[in-house]
Amino acid sequence: MAGTPKAKERTPGAALSRAAVLPEIALSLVVVFGFTTLVLILAGAPPLASYGQIIKGSLGSWSKITHVIKVWIPLTLAASGLLYTFRIGLWNIGVEGQVMMGAILATAVLRMGAGAGNGQLYLSAALLAGMAGGAVWAILAGYLKTRGGVHEIFAGLGLNFVAQGLVLWLIFGPWKQPGIASMSGTETLAESLWMPYLQGLRISPAALGMTLTAIVLTAYMLGSTRFGLYLKAIGSNERAAFLFGLRPQAVMILAMVCAGGFAGLAGGFQVTGVYHRLIPAISSGYGYLALLVVMLANFNVWVTPLVAFFFACLNVGGIQLPMVLQLDSSLSGVIQGTLVIATLAVHALRTRMKKRGTA
Amino acid sequence: MAIELRDIHKHFGPVRANDGIDLRVRPGTIHGILGENGAGKSTLMKVLAGFIPKTGGTILMDGREVDYADPAGASALGIGMLYQDPLDFPTLSVLENFMAGRAAGLGLKADAYREGLRKICAGLGFSLNPDSPAGRLTVGERQQLELARLLAAGTRVLILDEPTTGISALQKETLFSALRTLAADGRSVILVSHKIEDIEALCDEITVLREGRVAGSMGRPFDTRALLGMMFGAEPTVTMRSGHVPGAQVLHLDDVTAPGGRTGLAGCTVSVSRGEVIGLAGLEGSGQDVFLRVASGLIRPSRGRVHISRRDMTGRGYHEFRSLGVAFQPASRLEEGLVRGLTITEHCALQEPGGPFLVRWDSAEREARERIAKFQVVGTPDSPVESLSGGNQQRLLLSFLPGEPELLLLENPTRGLDMESVHWVWEHLDAYASQGTAIVFSSSELDEILMAADRVLVFFDGRIIKDERPEDTDAMDLGRAIAGKV
Repeated sequence: MAGTPKAKERTPGAALSRAAVLPEIALSLVVVFGFTTLVLILAGAPPLASYGQIIKGSLGSWSKITHVIKVWIPLTLAASGLLYTFRIGLWNIGVEGQVMMGAILATAVLRMGAGAGNGQLYLSAALLAGMAGGAVWAILAGYLKTRGGVHEIFAGLGLNFVAQGLVLWLIFGPWKQPGIASMSGTETLAESLWMPYLQGLRISPAALGMTLTAIVLTAYMLGSTRFGLYLKAIGSNERAAFLFGLRPQAVMILAMVCAGGFAGLAGGFQVTGVYHRLIPAISSGYGYLALLVVMLANFNVWVTPLVAFFFACLNVGGIQLPMVLQLDSSLSGVIQGTLVIATLAVHALRTRMKKRGTA
Repeated sequence: MAIELRDIHKHFGPVRANDGIDLRVRPGTIHGILGENGAGKSTLMKVLAGFIPKTGGTILMDGREVDYADPAGASALGIGMLYQDPLDFPTLSVLENFMAGRAAGLGLKADAYREGLRKICAGLGFSLNPDSPAGRLTVGERQQLELARLLAAGTRVLILDEPTTGISALQKETLFSALRTLAADGRSVILVSHKIEDIEALCDEITVLREGRVAGSMGRPFDTRALLGMMFGAEPTVTMRSGHVPGAQVLHLDDVTAPGGRTGLAGCTVSVSRGEVIGLAGLEGSGQDVFLRVASGLIRPSRGRVHISRRDMTGRGYHEFRSLGVAFQPASRLEEGLVRGLTITEHCALQEPGGPFLVRWDSAEREARERIAKFQVVGTPDSPVESLSGGNQQRLLLSFLPGEPELLLLENPTRGLDMESVHWVWEHLDAYASQGTAIVFSSSELDEILMAADRVLVFFDGRIIKDERPEDTDAMDLGRAIAGKV
């Protein structure tokens, strides 16, 4: 069949063939490791031992791997959503706030379910509410962009602050623990309202399944549907797409809904599957991290979960550093920051190489 | 200061924007540079101002060869250019703009500059308030500010690029008298314009450029007809279209005024009927672009009414115009017409709005193959559009026109195409016209308009100043109208 190989080329990331993507990812990783090693040496930490610790701390045992997967789930969900907005050329920085709004709405539904018998029903409703919360927060940023002319980065940042404020206000105000409000968050939910998890592994198979579904769904939406084609056309040339009869603003809002929905679901899982309550750092910065994951994955839908896994390992493995190697705990923060800068440097390098290629 | 340009060449790839230009400007005179769009005037002036490097040739000042690589080098030699869009800082005040780039040292000595600005303004009859922000000035006032700044910087050779576009009649008078004063002081002034009237009124000597070369020059008194002959070349041989019999009205603009472009559109009343082919002539940006965008619903008129097929569409959007069978194609193929990064197949898939949820890649690819064959596009269904040549991009765009539109609005549909492609395009468009589609197109080629159109509209400064059938006019006549003389 002549049509089959071509159909493959049209999957997202078609600008580069699969063969060209992998060396680029490899290059990115080399740069990231180079930078990080340099920082470790400058900080007086033994790089090899540190890396060993990160690997041991993330993949050293089943319980550590489950920990990594717990991070991977929200990270991958948020990143999947961002693929839609990146495809249409939007910088959805507000993804962080969208995760938080998802968590807030999911908590709200579960609090209504406290004491009621039907846990499954409330759990499902909570996840749907989480998606709706993220989507609404994304629509706000979308309308500020399309109607108000506010750049989506500024709109998103502003909404992130509002969402964080809401989380704190709820924890210390209306939803405070009986007796005294605490930074540890709201009261823990009844176990009937927890996502069912595998005994011993403490991973929710439902959450894992939905995340894998999200990846496949995203690949399908971007590669095979008219919506995906519209995203690509508008992202590449909004003006021409308009002249072709598309409605770029409406499609932008839809893309934001997708991104917000996935981010909201991530927030919902944070509440129902991980913390079982609302805590101040409920989003754990996964939204921001997801932006970097997608960029490092070169906006490729199949590479994104792999990069997300890598970042999740770093995230979990890094926690061990201060304890084992007697390094100050702030160093893991420095490493994460270095990763961010290295990612951006690779991104800039890649754009420049591409420019030279076409020139 | 005497300026002499010898054998100036400026090539952009294979395009020779300046192809061996010789020019002498005597000190104390105002020298006009006249020519069509793309004749090479702006390029030549940018070379002289150091804005772009020349490919070859020499520049002499007072008989001495000079060489410089950037505008700073040129301004150190006393060459200053007033660009079409004055280069100022809108948020700074007039005085601050005047001081920008010149105030050295720690203290700003604003009072000394204020006095300097006042003197220059008084000498030239400018009235500028030094404390008002530059962003609030009119184009004419911004020009005055820029002139004052150039003079204070010691400019002895002053270049002005289309200075009379967008300024009031009174400001034009002030500008002209200021330029005369400056020339009388021994400065050399070079004025670039396509407005033959302005050039004739002001200049002591005129050089006409055509296709990157000097077509001729002339001192006072000027012979307008001879100048137009130099501008547009010999009269073209023309094959007229067979007479068109007006049918039902497709497009009607009633006293439409609209913003946009360089000049906007002012008080435009036009009717277009079925099967009619109308050519829009005029220098680029004289209102043709706005006209086409108003007629396609992309720009909403600020006054007047727009009717499509006798339906009042004033204030409606592009998509509604489109659903009535109006198709618009822009001049910039890769910026507005096609989506860079998408293949021909993907473009075909985009064509069915409201199509099924899933893209039918098989039928889109089949469609792409058919269009490629029918429109003789050199490319494959998987070619990204930016990899196609300009002519092939245009063929592809034409292939995307709907089958039976009521009205085609085409902006420079043959720009940059070779003769063979131009003929091919017109064969294709003629087929549309004979099935009853009305076509309105803009072009900078008078030959093309005279050959293809049933009616010619000439635009000047946002107005239609001539509405004529090709058999009642000729290239000379149109050229005169394009330059603003009816």
